[in-house]
Amino acid sequence: MPLLEVNNLDVCFGLRSGAVKALRDVSFTLERGERLGVVGESGAGKSVLGFSIINLLSRPGHISSGSVHFEGKDLASLAPGELRSIRGNRISMIFQDPMMTLNPVLTIGVQMIECLLAHRRMSKADAKRVALKKLQQVQIPSPEKRLDQYPHELSGGMRQRIVIAIGLLLDPDLIIADEPTTALDVTIQAEIMDLMLNLCEQNNVALILITHDLGVVSQVTQRMLVMYAGRIIEQGPTKEVINDAQHPYTQGLMNALPQMAIPGQKLNQIKGSMPPLQDIPKGCSFNPRCEYVMDICHQALPPFTRSGNCQVACHMMAESAQDKLQLKEV
Amino acid sequence: MIAFFVKRFFQAVVVMFVISLISFSIQDNLGDPLRELVGQAVSEEERQALRDEMGLNDPFLVQYVRFAKKAVQGDLGDSYFFKKPAFEVIMNKLPATLELVFGATVIIILFSVPVGVYSAINPQSWFSKTVMGLSIIGISIPVFLTAIGLIYLFAIELNWLPSYGRGETSTVMGWETGLLTVDGLQHLILPSCTLASIMLPLFIRLIRSEMMEVLQSEYVKFAWAKGISPRRIYFVHALKNTMLPVITVGGVQIGTMVAYTILTETVFQWPGMGFLFLEAVNRVDTPLIVAYLIVVGAIFVVTNTLVDLIYGLVNPTVKLAGK
Ligand SMILES: Nc1ncnc2c1ncn2[C@@H]1O[C@H](COP(=O)(O)OP(=O)(O)OP(=O)(O)O)[C@@H](O)[C@H]1O
Ligand SMILES: [Mg+2]
Repeated sequence: MPLLEVNNLDVCFGLRSGAVKALRDVSFTLERGERLGVVGESGAGKSVLGFSIINLLSRPGHISSGSVHFEGKDLASLAPGELRSIRGNRISMIFQDPMMTLNPVLTIGVQMIECLLAHRRMSKADAKRVALKKLQQVQIPSPEKRLDQYPHELSGGMRQRIVIAIGLLLDPDLIIADEPTTALDVTIQAEIMDLMLNLCEQNNVALILITHDLGVVSQVTQRMLVMYAGRIIEQGPTKEVINDAQHPYTQGLMNALPQMAIPGQKLNQIKGSMPPLQDIPKGCSFNPRCEYVMDICHQALPPFTRSGNCQVACHMMAESAQDKLQLKEV
Repeated sequence: MIAFFVKRFFQAVVVMFVISLISFSIQDNLGDPLRELVGQAVSEEERQALRDEMGLNDPFLVQYVRFAKKAVQGDLGDSYFFKKPAFEVIMNKLPATLELVFGATVIIILFSVPVGVYSAINPQSWFSKTVMGLSIIGISIPVFLTAIGLIYLFAIELNWLPSYGRGETSTVMGWETGLLTVDGLQHLILPSCTLASIMLPLFIRLIRSEMMEVLQSEYVKFAWAKGISPRRIYFVHALKNTMLPVITVGGVQIGTMVAYTILTETVFQWPGMGFLFLEAVNRVDTPLIVAYLIVVGAIFVVTNTLVDLIYGLVNPTVKLAGK
């Protein structure tokens, strides 16, 4: 049984102007200890996906259909109390901006210890010992001092280390990290990413890493998802997706990387922009921007087609697969 | 800490200077003190002589300096009506007013915090919607109407509570208090409810909107992601952050409430400074008016200092200088 199994997940935001679907028919699985990258343009629904796994969408967002099975339990329909015993305990989250993630009026110690006490029967002194150990694991200088400090006394990099330490407090099975390094200095970004990779490997923790940085995805993750306008459009082993992207959108993302540009020329950005969720075109949502657009792309949703170890939602793939099938039959 | 108090002290000096200037100009322009002091029978020559003697013909600045010198020593002149030092007269009435403001503050805190927090957590519930509706109406009802309504209901119809005066008081270390007797407390209920009603809707709305904003914050979302109990999230994570702006705004409002006591005290015949002030205005008792303004100014300065101190205690990012 996989650690996490997401099936046909739909997420809706009930706005006054009508319901908006931020996720459509999202399905994927994650094995124990596996690291999965999630990439896609801004607004594609990556953060929504991260939060919907622990069923923590802010109002008016909610899971409208589908399931999120974690160790056999469906988090999408679990009672609040049970859900709480999983959050922070079996699944922890790391947010984007460490400047905003920690409560400004509580000490680091309070914010760490409360998390332990919420999930374990233990004394405060024991909780403090565990907190210290985790602070050491994230390589914070003079950890004893940190427990009595307030967030504003620490730098952004240190705060993110503390957030990671909080995430590790209860030895979770899964960490969901939503752009954990975007808000940090470039030099510190690499340190934090290395730290996370090491900690996940050492403790056999599964990781869902949401990011814009394809370089990080290829270094850290084993498999990846590419999202576009609330859907997964391509998923597979990271190496295969990056080296041999099948979906025109993924190819576009790769070509837009600075290292793909010919020196002195402009970056090869994908033309146009992602449609707003209120009016996603009929058929394939990428059709207005696709170089290879065909008639069928305007009419029908492309099904997932296997290509090597990858799954791609594109009519071109579907057609060539059909051709192959027909060839076989003949 | 010392630097904080030094800074505060200078602010207080500046505020008091401005108030004294205003007070003095009022004294200078409000009616003719001679008329209050001597009867009609005194001739014009004698009046002039008296004026010269009292220094009323000296230039403004000279008069002000003389006034300020005395004021610093607590001497604001004698009240024309009571024939006693104005400062003393006011200070005798100060406990009644402060206890009224205190009663109103307690009522405001007791009601606005739970109601504001509840309606921030459950903004869609009928209770929150009712409270929000009522608070809009509450803001627009004039104080004297509230007072008359309360008197009519609780004093006349139900005959539960007394409607005027302070009732029985006792004196503790020179402070005449009504808080230690049942009768005194009963007398305090209606006036302090009336006074509280002025600020209560504002406080509820303030706490609610601040709390709703805090509940949207990333750190509250992160607290949810840690799986800690809702009670802890609302009352430890969110409430503490909510109270920071509320303390700042609220402190100033409580200072302002001293001014609102004038109306409340008049309606309830509450023997405080506000009541006295209104009488002083009617009698053009300028030393008393001036004394009142200066005492109210001092209360402002003291409450602001206290608010800053409390704010510094609650908010770890504010370090009182020198700590
Ligand atoms: N609170 C909300 N109310 C309404 N719509 C929302 C809300 N939060 C997210 N959405 C919708 O969900 C879509 C996906 O948002 P999401 O934050 O997941 O994007 P993202 O892929 O994480 O982008 P980024 O890379 O900028 O973080 C947005 O386009 C937005 O329209
Ligand atoms: Mg995001």
